[in-house]
Amino acid sequence: MQRVDVFPTHEHQGHKLRPGKPFPFGATLAPGGVNFSVYSSHATSCTLVLFDKDAPEPKVEIPFPDEFRIGNVYSMIVFDLDIESLEYGYRFDGPWDPQAGHRFDKSKILMDPYAKAIGGRDVWGQPPDWDNIYQHRARLVYDDFDWDDDRPLEIPLEDLVIYEMHVRSFTKHESSGVRFPGVFAGIREKIPYLKELGVNCIELLPIYEFDEFEHSREDPKTGRQLVGNYWGYSTLGFFAPKAGYAATGKLGMQVDEFKALVKELHRNNIEVFLDVVFNHTAEGNEHGPYISLKGIDNKTYYMLTPEGYYFNFSGTGNTLNCNNPVVRNMVLDCLRYWASEYHIDGFRFDLASILGRDPWGAPLSNPPLLESLAFDPVLAKCKLIAEAWDAGGLYQVGSFPAYGRWAEWNGKYRDSIRKFLKGEMGVIGEMAQRLQASPDLYATRGATASINFITAHDGFTLNDLVSYNEKHNEANGEDNRDGTNDNDSWNCGWEGPTDDPGINALRMRQMKNAMTMLLVSQGVPMILMGDEMGRTQYGNNNTYCHDNELNWQDWTLLEKNAELFRYVKTMLAFRHAHHALRNRWHLTGTDTVGSGYADITWHGTQAWNADWSGTSRILAFMLCGKHAHGGQREDDYIYVAMNMHWESHWFELPGLPKGTQWHAAANTGAPPPEDIWQPGTEPLLENQAGILVGDRSVVVLVGK
Amino acid sequence: MAFDVSTEQAGDIAVITLSGELDANAAGSFRSAVEEAAAAGPKRVVLIMDKLQFMASAGLRVLVFAKQKMGTGVDLFVVGARDAVLETIEMTGFHHSVIMMDEFDASEIENY
Repeated sequence: MQRVDVFPTHEHQGHKLRPGKPFPFGATLAPGGVNFSVYSSHATSCTLVLFDKDAPEPKVEIPFPDEFRIGNVYSMIVFDLDIESLEYGYRFDGPWDPQAGHRFDKSKILMDPYAKAIGGRDVWGQPPDWDNIYQHRARLVYDDFDWDDDRPLEIPLEDLVIYEMHVRSFTKHESSGVRFPGVFAGIREKIPYLKELGVNCIELLPIYEFDEFEHSREDPKTGRQLVGNYWGYSTLGFFAPKAGYAATGKLGMQVDEFKALVKELHRNNIEVFLDVVFNHTAEGNEHGPYISLKGIDNKTYYMLTPEGYYFNFSGTGNTLNCNNPVVRNMVLDCLRYWASEYHIDGFRFDLASILGRDPWGAPLSNPPLLESLAFDPVLAKCKLIAEAWDAGGLYQVGSFPAYGRWAEWNGKYRDSIRKFLKGEMGVIGEMAQRLQASPDLYATRGATASINFITAHDGFTLNDLVSYNEKHNEANGEDNRDGTNDNDSWNCGWEGPTDDPGINALRMRQMKNAMTMLLVSQGVPMILMGDEMGRTQYGNNNTYCHDNELNWQDWTLLEKNAELFRYVKTMLAFRHAHHALRNRWHLTGTDTVGSGYADITWHGTQAWNADWSGTSRILAFMLCGKHAHGGQREDDYIYVAMNMHWESHWFELPGLPKGTQWHAAANTGAPPPEDIWQPGTEPLLENQAGILVGDRSVVVLVGK
Repeated sequence: MAFDVSTEQAGDIAVITLSGELDANAAGSFRSAVEEAAAAGPKRVVLIMDKLQFMASAGLRVLVFAKQKMGTGVDLFVVGARDAVLETIEMTGFHHSVIMMDEFDASEIENY
């Protein structure tokens, strides 16, 4: 017996139709056909436009009969379509009244905002047909991927080490040695490397479909072609993975390839976070192109001024109207889709402060969108991380509307560690807060609210942080005006590459110092792709437009900087081996388990007596292992001494309980292989009373 | 080159041989062959692909269908896939779901 809804009720130019179902939005496979559903609050009519794949002209245009509309939702089932070769779009008619916010133009073919795959940029870098009347085309996908028993890993946030990675940059360089460079399949080939390094979470720079040709231009000085949009922070479609990031993009199988990547990463105990960009779209302002939202319902989707211009809190031309209820639901649908269909473990929200602004741009103290995300059942176990600022003046690190759920990129951590690292005076108080996961900012949310990082895709790489005092972004073609000037970096005595062995040795030591401090801090550490092998961008701190060696990971560095890789890898193993470093809640500075030691105590060259003065460049701390996880786990004592002064100092060591002794875990001032020891092999300290810490060096001891 | 598919049963092993180009039009006959083979309830299904020159995404979808139709108790072997066909299978990660072999080895398959 067949369902009644496999029978058409209408016909248009040879195509059989039936009233569709409003849910789900987008295009879904239905018995015998495809269900199309799209909505607009202000349109007066809608037409479905169907193309054969890559065809210049549509093969049919089917106006939605009025009886197919429920509320503001247009839905219809079209029978006998070839799923593989179909591309579809919409024409919307409505008022043209820009001052009121309406920009309907029925001459434009618009992409479904819920498109699950998008055609038009199938292969990265392949020049498109600029005369194409419909550049970015919605396509259909199958939902038959076999996940076997895969599900999101739900690794506790406090146990994660996040590795920030750009899909193409990771394996595009020849030296990567992968069969499928610059794509999802390439990352899969490098999973053994990620496991060896010891990271258990990768955060991918935007993978939503974007146009790498957007704002492409020539560098006036060198004539070199600059890719306008390399990093991907300009979304075309929120539900589609970028075809150009898949080896099978040209075959339309990017969905399968990305799911296969997630499945394989999960099999290897590595979580996947997506960097998501809900603050703006690729449509720009009134001068930008019609791709999708602008022609479907401009007034609903974009924050507009009273004159009908586009607010620009993102710095890119437009701002998505996130707290409008319709848009809010779309964002929620989107995240639910990735969490459930792609088994994504967490999301990092770019310029997240925009998500807390009302439709007129004013900051909300209780933003409905952020509240919805925090309490949504599908997203309940996903990690939510906010880049808690925007380009419009909001800076909410520590005050982001969190609902007890959101974590933040801790920009203050980055700033404090960098200042301390370069030898600035008077940051000891700051350091004490940052090392403890910033209770001054996050006391009510717990230590895991603090995503600690020293480097990220924005700014210098770790190598460049210790090799340059100033940014050098001339290659971006903007006269070095772009990129931040507040780098808090120090070149160790020479600007840029040098043969001087003393300077290079200091740089190596400084990188080890940075990594050590990051990995012994409470909170959640994030590492930038390539920092473990000293990747350089030659002083360029804003490489958003480079599709070349400046961004591509050079895998020969693994050998050249084998010393650094070994150090970072072992330091990661150290972190994974010690629960005392990975607490969900902040330390209290008191003894809550009766061990005789507070969970954290501060020291200087004198035990029990840190130098908090304005001229100090020295700090040490000790963790009592009996307090790990609030006293529920046993761990060793851990002592860390950080000497950012240019002279060595003798550090008196705090005494340990009877039966325990200090062992050397790491010493950035010692030459390899004595710079760090595999956990479990730490040598006993001959002198238990004190240790000499070299200039600009960090020492880590375990008491067991 | 036109697509051709033929099926053979040897005990509880079903062998499906593919040749030519498996594009969207041909996918239907591959699918029918899989259904036919599944109906006999085999323990192992072997897909011989050394004469297959091309496989479009429609063809891969039938592989996915085959794996799911046979169920978790049945092993799916892909024998002799090469060049573009092999690449497609590896790029999408499908090779993690089946047992890949370079050459047909009846005893190895039986004793797997």
